[in-house]
Amino acid sequence: MVRINGTEEDVAGKTLAEYLEAAHYRIAYIVVERNMEIVPKTEYAATVLQDMDEVEIVSFMGGG
Amino acid sequence: MQKEDNLVLGGHEFHSRFILGSGKYSLHLIEAAVRDAGAQMVTLSVRRANTKEQENILDYIPEGVTLLPNTSGARDADEAVRIARLARELGCGDFIKIEIMKDSKYLLPDNYETIRATKILAAEGFVVMPYMYPDLNVARDLANAGAAAVMPLAAPIGSNKGLVTKEFIGILIQEIELPIIVDAGIGSPSQACEAMEMGAAAIMANTALATAGNLPLMAAAFRQAIEAGRKAYLSGLGRVLLRGASASDPLTGFLRE
Amino acid sequence: MVNQYFVDAGHLSGEALIKKRRLEREPASRTNHMEYQPGMEQITSDVRFKVTEQIKNYDAAVYTAKEVKNALEHETCSIEDLKALLSPAAESYLEQMAKRAQAETGKHFGNTVYLFTPLYIANYCENYCVYCGFNRYNHIRRMQLSSEQIEHEMKVIADSGMEEILILTGESRAKSDVHYIGEACKLARRYFRMVGLEVYPMNTEEYRYLHACGADYVTVFQETYDTDIYETLHLAGHKRVWPYRMEAQERALMAGMRGVAFAALLGLADFRKDALATALHAYYLQKKYPHAEISLSCPRLRPIVNNDKLRAMDVHERQLCQIICAYRIFLPFAGITVSSRESADFRDGIVKIAATKVSAGVSTGIGDHENKYNGKENETSAGDEQFAINDERSLHRMYQDILDEGLQPVLNDYLYV
Repeated sequence: MVRINGTEEDVAGKTLAEYLEAAHYRIAYIVVERNMEIVPKTEYAATVLQDMDEVEIVSFMGGG
Repeated sequence: MQKEDNLVLGGHEFHSRFILGSGKYSLHLIEAAVRDAGAQMVTLSVRRANTKEQENILDYIPEGVTLLPNTSGARDADEAVRIARLARELGCGDFIKIEIMKDSKYLLPDNYETIRATKILAAEGFVVMPYMYPDLNVARDLANAGAAAVMPLAAPIGSNKGLVTKEFIGILIQEIELPIIVDAGIGSPSQACEAMEMGAAAIMANTALATAGNLPLMAAAFRQAIEAGRKAYLSGLGRVLLRGASASDPLTGFLRE
Repeated sequence: MVNQYFVDAGHLSGEALIKKRRLEREPASRTNHMEYQPGMEQITSDVRFKVTEQIKNYDAAVYTAKEVKNALEHETCSIEDLKALLSPAAESYLEQMAKRAQAETGKHFGNTVYLFTPLYIANYCENYCVYCGFNRYNHIRRMQLSSEQIEHEMKVIADSGMEEILILTGESRAKSDVHYIGEACKLARRYFRMVGLEVYPMNTEEYRYLHACGADYVTVFQETYDTDIYETLHLAGHKRVWPYRMEAQERALMAGMRGVAFAALLGLADFRKDALATALHAYYLQKKYPHAEISLSCPRLRPIVNNDKLRAMDVHERQLCQIICAYRIFLPFAGITVSSRESADFRDGIVKIAATKVSAGVSTGIGDHENKYNGKENETSAGDEQFAINDERSLHRMYQDILDEGLQPVLNDYLYV
């Protein structure tokens, strides 16, 4: 299982690019952090999600 | 030729002295708010992305506006640094507003952790704008840590109570060479104007606009108030001290030559 | 204008006389006053450049009554306001300046006036500063007190009730080395609660050593901040190096000294520019070292042994009062010392307005406190004075006079840590 934004998901073995596309993320507006390390956009296709990975996907929101 | 009166932050120049928050109101109002505020800088927060919502705030912020991401949500320096790095990776510049709160009731900034985060992020090349409780010693430490501005709170965040910390912000304006940007607690244009008359370099406001009946109109009111306050400050506003006329003996009667 | 500085030096050997005259007459024979000499520590600091920039652009004549009135109405006095308050236009507002200064002094110091006494322990000097009685070509009785003599003087002074002392020497590294001064500090710590130093500028490590010996306050008079005029007055010796002197206070603070004092000797150059520079020197250093205690002195040029013609030409009492009021309004927290160069009447008047510290029981000679305090003549063992003083009052008299003015004399409020 991979923990993505706090939710367990059964996506181990997929690449990050595959996951993001399937989940309809707009790549231009997000940053992905995997196990506390930022993943550069150019490495999404080569990054294979592993069991026990912790993934955070963030974007800008309104704020003061 | 008269030199332009610009706000300089980390080498970037702005002619607007109004930093607009984008929280707590509809994305559809942002464009009008930015336009009527004359704002060149808008704050944002970094949050977990939501796949359901396909619209993104970046679609609503006009071209040419500088983004100032904040680190809200951070409870210590390490979390703030983590958020700042994520924000920079989003590809919208090096500005970062450090906001570290351990206290969820009053949301008062943790000055100590803020100094720590400032030191780390300034060394990484960020243009660091720390939000802080107005304490002179802390402001000096922030300046020494490499901050590009200091952002003291006027009153508890979201309170709209105005310049509750006026005396202390005044001390920062006197003593700190960096721009002092009054952040949090400014509830009305008159309060923004008062801070600018004192010599504040800029005003950051969010809740005051978000809670107004007509947001773009309030944005315009803030803009005018901030500009008026700035002009009053530049014109050499004289604060007449209250000293009653005294008919005592002259103090200088002893002088001979 | 007749040169008021150079005095006949008939006592000198032929060679020395030739050297003296050449230094006086041939600028090319003098060393570069902006160049550090070997052994002088160079610190990285922008303070002197900031000060120089401000005085370069200061034209006191452009200020009018309007700027002066505005300055007096502002809650905090800006650099621009200070410039107005030091201008000729402000002279007509002296009484208003005094009232404002008095209010500021009251806010920070209440009614108190601090008392101290200077103790000269040696008058040997390697410099040739043309206006100074200790200069190396001046024919005076030279003297350096031994440890026993220093201790004796200190006892005499301490017995009078004094708790703060300022140790002075002429500027001779060879005769009065750092170790010698350190020994004097150690002795002083035993008799006084506060020990200040007014000696030649030195390096950070040397200040650190003297701090460990018990000194906590360093006074260095820059004399004038006008480097061109400075060059024509300080013709030889280490004092010739203007920037090394100007950075002395900063080195002292870096070494852990609690306080530093500043002064221009008013009357050597344009006194308005020099007053501005002194205030800004203190202001910028306080900004950089916020914990530092800052104080200012405001000496005017005085007659010396072998030259009674010396005067601070255009700095009259009114101008001096104006400068002191401007200092006070611009730096409300700073100590202001008025020395015995000024008359008793002037000092009594100015402590009510702005001065916070005065000397008492003063001698600027060497080893004559016994004589001065107890009336014991000891002609043979006294060295000549640096300059002529104008207020001869003893500590006891001064203390009573201050009380009579309705002020509170304070001998010390300080703890060495």
